[in-house]
Amino acid sequence: MKRKKDGVPSARRELLTGIRDQLPLLLGVIPFGLIFGALAISVGLSPLAAQGFSLFVFAGSAQFIAVSLIGESASALVVILTIILVNLRHALYSASLAPSLAHLPRPWKLALGWLLTDEAFAMASRRYRGGKLGNAHWYTLGTGLTLWAAWQLSTAAGIALGAGLPPSLSLDFALPLTFMALVAPTLVDRPTLAAALSAGVLALALINLPFKLGLVAASIAGVGLGLWVESRIRPPSEHTIG
Amino acid sequence: MAETTVWLIILGGLLGTYLTRLSFILLIPADRVPVVLHRGLKYIPPAVLSAILLPELVIRDGALDLTLSNYRLVAGIIAALVAWRLKNTWLTIATGMVTLWLLMAR
Repeated sequence: MKRKKDGVPSARRELLTGIRDQLPLLLGVIPFGLIFGALAISVGLSPLAAQGFSLFVFAGSAQFIAVSLIGESASALVVILTIILVNLRHALYSASLAPSLAHLPRPWKLALGWLLTDEAFAMASRRYRGGKLGNAHWYTLGTGLTLWAAWQLSTAAGIALGAGLPPSLSLDFALPLTFMALVAPTLVDRPTLAAALSAGVLALALINLPFKLGLVAASIAGVGLGLWVESRIRPPSEHTIG
Repeated sequence: MAETTVWLIILGGLLGTYLTRLSFILLIPADRVPVVLHRGLKYIPPAVLSAILLPELVIRDGALDLTLSNYRLVAGIIAALVAWRLKNTWLTIATGMVTLWLLMAR
């Protein structure tokens, strides 16, 4: 982000930058929301309940899996547990952002926690790596709110379109592409590269574990390998945080 | 499934997801975060995102497919080149989607 050498960007400026930085990601998020809305209707959910998932659970991949399970007549308890397991990675995001949000009053923590998704987290952690905290929470709010609004609107559009959305468009491919765009700028050194590669390969190896648990295990192992490579190339006294 | 049951699931999903997101931000004090986790924070985004991303590209119909007939892999590699060289979010997504559509239209 561009900013004056001395002094901190204003709250308004941070908010607008957050919104602006999140906009390109919507190219990946909106198709995903469209498909979710259409899928929810196709398994027999009412339009209100379909939108309710996006409004209240607000977690893309977990919503997909939940709705698929509902389509397969899984019990409510199984669906809820699956949502929680699929979203376990958010605990990692939460831990990652916690130091940067520690100074904020409780309502801010409640709001930014609510808006903590894959995409918003990736943008926020990039911002926090940039140094001074200042009004960075406004940036995070901007990214989160933009994503939230786009998710609600695209879900609603998907509900309205329903079966009119042709599967041959392969719109679901937009999501991995979004993650690719998010991952590329983080691969700045060997430890990060090691973390990313090992987590990806392990996720493949563990793909058959239920409830996407392989994803969580692979991520933790990837972080471990990143730390190990870091300790090999840097003396242990020079560890930096964040 | 009954409408009430669906809303019960939404409520459970809301509580479970929100509490997970709040875990370290609000519920668990900062000094209780293990040191190793603290040091590993910066590796969390690349690790998690790659772990989600890679299977989406190379697993087709439940099996590993590293051939050129896996259009998602081909489109993904081209998009990865764009992401790596240009670091442009919009172009990365657009290139990947258009490549996939062109391959499927052949």
